[in-house]
Amino acid sequence: MAQFRESSQDRQQNQAREEDQELIGAQQPVDQGLVNDTDDILDEIDSVLEENAEDYVRGFVQKGGQ
Amino acid sequence: MIFERIMGTETEYGVVCPSKPSAHETVLSTLVVDSYEDAAAEAGWDYESETPLEDARGYSMGAAEAHPSQLTHQGHVLTSEDVARELYEESPDMLSPAFWDRAVMNRVLPNGARLYVDHAHPEYSAPETTDPWAATAWDLAGDRIAAAAAASVTDRYGSSWPEPINLYKNNTDNKSVSYGAHENYLVPRSQDFQSLARDFIPYLATRQVIAGAGRAGIGADGVRPGFQISQRADFFEREIGLETTIRRPIVNTRDEPHADSDKYRRLHVITGDSNLAHTSVLLKLASAAAVLTLIEHGCAPDLRLARPVEAMRIVSHDPDLRATLELQDGRRMTAVQMQRSYAEAAQDLADREGWDSESSRKTFGIWFEVLEGLEKDPLSLADRLDWVAKYSLIRQYEARGIGVDHPKIQALDLQYSDLRPEKSLYTKLESLGRIRRLIEPERIDAAVSTPPENTRAYLRGKLIGRWPQEVVSAGWEVLSVKDPSTDRTHRWLMDEPTNCTSEQVQHVLESSNNAHQALSRIGLRRIP
Repeated sequence: MAQFRESSQDRQQNQAREEDQELIGAQQPVDQGLVNDTDDILDEIDSVLEENAEDYVRGFVQKGGQ
Repeated sequence: MIFERIMGTETEYGVVCPSKPSAHETVLSTLVVDSYEDAAAEAGWDYESETPLEDARGYSMGAAEAHPSQLTHQGHVLTSEDVARELYEESPDMLSPAFWDRAVMNRVLPNGARLYVDHAHPEYSAPETTDPWAATAWDLAGDRIAAAAAASVTDRYGSSWPEPINLYKNNTDNKSVSYGAHENYLVPRSQDFQSLARDFIPYLATRQVIAGAGRAGIGADGVRPGFQISQRADFFEREIGLETTIRRPIVNTRDEPHADSDKYRRLHVITGDSNLAHTSVLLKLASAAAVLTLIEHGCAPDLRLARPVEAMRIVSHDPDLRATLELQDGRRMTAVQMQRSYAEAAQDLADREGWDSESSRKTFGIWFEVLEGLEKDPLSLADRLDWVAKYSLIRQYEARGIGVDHPKIQALDLQYSDLRPEKSLYTKLESLGRIRRLIEPERIDAAVSTPPENTRAYLRGKLIGRWPQEVVSAGWEVLSVKDPSTDRTHRWLMDEPTNCTSEQVQHVLESSNNAHQALSRIGLRRIP
């Protein structure tokens, strides 16, 4: 068990390093270097969110199920 | 093996037609099911083996005491004529009688699955698989099938139904109604059911920390603003019982094995949320299978909760994961601590028994990684778990001054599960690399059109794919096929789910001239 957890942590660290690399790689060519992460993702979400949120939510009415 | 057993999922999709808000859900569901192209329109469903009123505790409920929605074995509940009669009275101009003459409400698919109208929702029941990875692939394949069916409606019906119908893989409309995402696990009949239920309840009550889909709303009726981990938790009222639509129990006792009832039970799990994130789907299925294996080996940790139904809600309403639950022996534990106990016990049992495979090592790796994340920083799992992905976005909106009561947050919750790829927030996050994929898109696509190779779903799917006109009806454990030389229909029994695999029947299927000949040669038992 102990051995397993160590190896799982190693893997996590490796994965984290790989992801850092990917992020670094992804950041270079794009012109969004100055935009922070939160704004970035929320802008992406805003771009697909239904414009009339209230109607969209109100219109979703279901009958019973299991 | 720790994670391997016969299993499969069922998804009831939310269904709406925004430009026709008064449309009856059964009409919408029928239009969706009827529009799926890649299926044998002729094959009906075989209801004879359904026994929804048989209770695993050893007795049977009378039909008169049952809620009408429990009578799923009475095929007439679902015939188009009956639905049509009801709907004409309600809304006579909705669809022409010609539609109901040929509408198909039940389809058996070439991947071995069933796509059908279940009350007021389209439902996909995945084919039988033998491990959580395959079950995940065929569960996700169902979403593509359902999305493709919904997207075909306007093409198929043209001017008679030009309004788009949209589907959602969620479990509540946040206005008092819930619909399910069920899992099925085959367990040996020799396993005592009461002790299985006793040991499984604490697991199910706390599993949402891994497999919750997240919900922006609190309460079953009179929903108030707030975020909780599970879509379903607020809709459970009892620890154990037969119903699935009313007075919902944590452990469902429906005893309908769809297999040799001397050898097997099918444990029907109804507490789960519909998941989209691969890690959530996989760990939901893998951890459940592992806990059942622990129970069968008499080594499940004893974590009996003092008040399981209440515990389920406490856990769901506590996204910071700090709440402790009272156990019957007086201890207090968090949901994450309890889930870790199951994972450690499973790892110990697998080590002890020498059960080891690349797949189980990978599954354990993901399981422990997620538990560690939940312990250290739940938000670090925004790229793996559905509820955390939603919660993380909601927290970020809160920081911008958009609270959880804002319509935008409600829309976010709903749109996360929208099956239209261009609208789905889950798909958006996945395409941005914000959610990790465990199963490649090609494998999910393959599961849309091909059955699992190592269960009887192989025979069902291949038979439907190859001789769609000859299969009169199919059920989980039966196939009714027409003999072209006599025009008579024969019914064949497949009551062993692990039989009729590709290895066993592929060569017979390939060298037979028709479905009847193939089934005669395979050596299945013929039943009346």
